[in-house]
Parts: sequence; structure tokens; C-alpha cells
Amino acid sequence: MSIVKYTKEHEWVRVEGDIATVGITQYAQEQLGDVVFVELPVVGKGLNQNGEAAVVESVKAASDVYAPLSGEVVEVNSALESEPALINQDPEGKGWFFKLKLSAAAELDDLMDSEGYKAFVEEQH
Amino acid sequence: MAQIEPSAQLLQTPLFALHQRLGGRMVPFAGYALPVQYPTGIIAEHLWTRAHAGLFDVSHMGQAWLTAPFEVAEAFERLVPGDIASLDEGHIRYTQLTTDDGGIIDDLMVTRAAAHNGLERLFLVVNASRKAVDFVHIATALDGIVRLTPIEDRALLALQGPEAAAVLAPYINDIDMLSFMTALDARFTGHDGIEGDVLVSRSGYTGEDGFELSVPAAIATAFAESLLRDARVKPAGLGARDSLRLEAGLCLYGQDIDETTSPVEAGLVWSIGKRRRERGGFPGFARIARELANKPSRRLVGLKLDGRAPARHGAAVETPDGTRIGEVTSGGFSPSLGLPIALAYVAFAYAQPGTALTIIVRDKPLAAEVVRLPFVPHRYVRR
Repeated sequence: MSIVKYTKEHEWVRVEGDIATVGITQYAQEQLGDVVFVELPVVGKGLNQNGEAAVVESVKAASDVYAPLSGEVVEVNSALESEPALINQDPEGKGWFFKLKLSAAAELDDLMDSEGYKAFVEEQH
Repeated sequence: MAQIEPSAQLLQTPLFALHQRLGGRMVPFAGYALPVQYPTGIIAEHLWTRAHAGLFDVSHMGQAWLTAPFEVAEAFERLVPGDIASLDEGHIRYTQLTTDDGGIIDDLMVTRAAAHNGLERLFLVVNASRKAVDFVHIATALDGIVRLTPIEDRALLALQGPEAAAVLAPYINDIDMLSFMTALDARFTGHDGIEGDVLVSRSGYTGEDGFELSVPAAIATAFAESLLRDARVKPAGLGARDSLRLEAGLCLYGQDIDETTSPVEAGLVWSIGKRRRERGGFPGFARIARELANKPSRRLVGLKLDGRAPARHGAAVETPDGTRIGEVTSGGFSPSLGLPIALAYVAFAYAQPGTALTIIVRDKPLAAEVVRLPFVPHRYVRR
């Protein structure tokens, strides 16, 4: 049973048990354009909710990616190092960034569900 | 991810509606709404331009006539270090408006046009972000000698890439007569019987063969649509324009050059004619002559980075032992080379190609090497 939630910074998080997989949304990759480089956190690093977690570089600019939830990094998607375009091709699948072991699952309540996120993105226009 | 700011009230070019129809992502640039990219994306537009032909809207740039009954070029030479007086009709020069301190007010293209109504004419194309400053500067400095007339009713398109000449050939006679940095007045006959006069220059800012086309605003969209009907042409936005000019080692005003940088520091000595170097007669000659004789204290260089992380504008450049010697002015990922490249000012002692340096990106040192510019060879057509 997995739960998918979204942040106002356009990250998605999929929670299965106490492990959360994090990436950026389809809307975010469209806004970024072609991704050429990703700087991922190191395994073992502790992240705070809304703290800087990763950097994504498009042709044009660098953007910060924030941790949707607090926890410890247990895995990163090393495929992105050689193939950052996966983020454009499949942002909510093969383009995931890192996995967290959650330290405060209650933080999930701060995030939007897919309906809420869809409405939030429409407001941006 | 950071929020995307909504844009303020922006000016539109004559092609605005066409950009929207083509799915252009409109962004603010120098006060105009312009497409940063179309749905295919910057890398695809960039590579298409290198292989075929990319169509860019550069109507935001400032176009103007400079006219005088005689010696218009000699008068303009009081403001720029380029050799304008020796320009034959239909020839183009790249030069800079310089400050009294030898800084750069703007860089621009100057074309000697045919005399008209008894007046000698120069056609100027300046940067969008600087056109107001430039026009006041020129009109004030040369008041009573020349007349500056901004051109408000024409669009400017750039068709760039190895197939550009073949694309234009059916529409514009004698296109193949043009050599790099020459121009001609022509008639354009497009689809749907659209006709108009066009000032065609074999120039651009991508490093490829290509053309800049000054066309009446009223027919600019029809003209662009005629070109886009050709399968060899795809629209390209500001993003690709920036990555192409960076690969070509060309300076961007406001990033690589400004009022604090001299043409010598920026590596633009090639654009200063021999006569002008020896005799001066333009603002800032004292500094420029001194830097030519004694070498400038810093020099704009090309850098190739190890790894994949791009360095951006403002990143510090250091020696491998950690001494700060300069700063990145333009940086990004080269779609043609598949690696990060940058332009940076470095202390002159470190400007030699082959010099190993370090760029600090997010507090981490990245290895880089000074390389000869351009990063990607120019493919201009000289006849």
C-alpha cells in the first residue's frame, strides 16, 4: 500500500512503510527543460523536511530540490549520473532522486494529495 | 524546486502570436516576452540549428539608421574602435561603443548601406537591453553631425545553420552572392503572395553560416511562416541562442562584457582595425592602447570542465592550490560537445590554453582547463 503526496516546490514522494521515494513532478520537469546534471545527497545523510536535498541543473539554470519529509537517505538513483534525461523522460518513475527512511511520518499531513496538487499547479497559471 | 515567478507587463515582438501557436514558452527578456524554448526543448533546437536551420526571433534587438550628408562613418568612428570608414557598401563590421575609461557600453553590428536621398547611411543593430542607453549616447555625442533614427516598424529574424542559404534561395535572389559579414537589400516573395523588402545580412551569433533578416513588422509573421513550411527549418528560442553563442565563444553583453571590461580584456582585439589601434580617436583609447602594449591584467578565456556539473555566472575560478584568480561570466552545458563549458575572466598569467584551473561550484572545486575559443569551430561562409 503506497501513498503519493506532493509539495508546493513540485516534489513528489511515494511512501511504502517507512521508506519514501522522492522525485520532481511532470510539471517541474517541463518548467526546467532539458536536465543535464543532478547532484544527489550521500547515502546516510539526515535530511530535514523542506531542507535542501539535491540540485538539478537544466541547460539554463540550477534549481534546488527540497526534502518533502524528514529522514535518512538510504538509497540514491545513480542512473541519473550518466542519464539525467531520465528526469525529463519519466520524472515520476525512472527519474526518482533518492529514498528516505522516515523519521517523522506525521509530516505527510503537511503535503498535498494528487487532486490538491493538480489544483495548485492550475493556480500557478 | 523553487517557485516560478509570474511575469510583469512585457513588450511583445511582431511574432508574439506565432510563438504562442508554436508552443513557445514565453519568458521575460530585456523587457520583452520571448520564447526561451519550444516543446522540443533547448538541446534539440540547438542540435537542429547546427545540423539544419533554426529560426530565431531577435526583433527585441535595436535597429537604427545613422545618417549624414557626408562622412557618416568617420563621425561614428569617434564612438567605436572598429574600422568603419573603410567599410564598403554592403559590408558589416562588429564593434563596440566604448566609455571614456575603455569599458564597453554595448557591442553592435554596423552595416554600410547604400546612400539614400543624398544621405550616407549606416545600419546599426544593438542589444535589446542597451538600446535606450546606446541611442541616447550616440545621438548626444554626435548631435548636429549625424541623425540617429531608431527603426520601430521592422522585425528582425535570424535563420542560422548550414541549410539556411538553401532555405532562403527560393525567396531571395542572389542570396548565394553574399559572403560572411556582407548584406544586401532584397525583395522577399513568400507563400500566399506575401511580398516585402528585406535587408539580408550574412551574419548571426551562433558560429554557423546564417542570415539576419530585417523585415517590415506587418509581414514578419507571414515571412516566418513561409520559412517554417520548409522541413529543414525549426523554430529555436533564446535558450538555444545562448548555448550556441557560448559554444561559438561569443560574448553576451551584461554577462561577459560591460562598462567595466575592455575590448582587450574580452578578447575582442580582432575587431579593432590596425589604423584605429595606432591612431585612436575613440573613447577609452588610452586604456586600450596601454593594454595592447603591456597586456591586460585579466583576460576572458574558455574553460572546459571535468565531469558533468555546469559552472554558472559568478562562480569563482582558482588555481589548483586555491588562489582566487577570476570569475565565470557565462557557463552552461554544451549540447554539441556533451560537457560543461564556461567563459571566465582570469588573471593574465593563467590565460594560456592548457592551464589547469579549478572552478568552485556549490563550495566544491571542479577541475577545468583553459581552452582555445571557440569551443565549436565556426562555419562561416566566405566567398
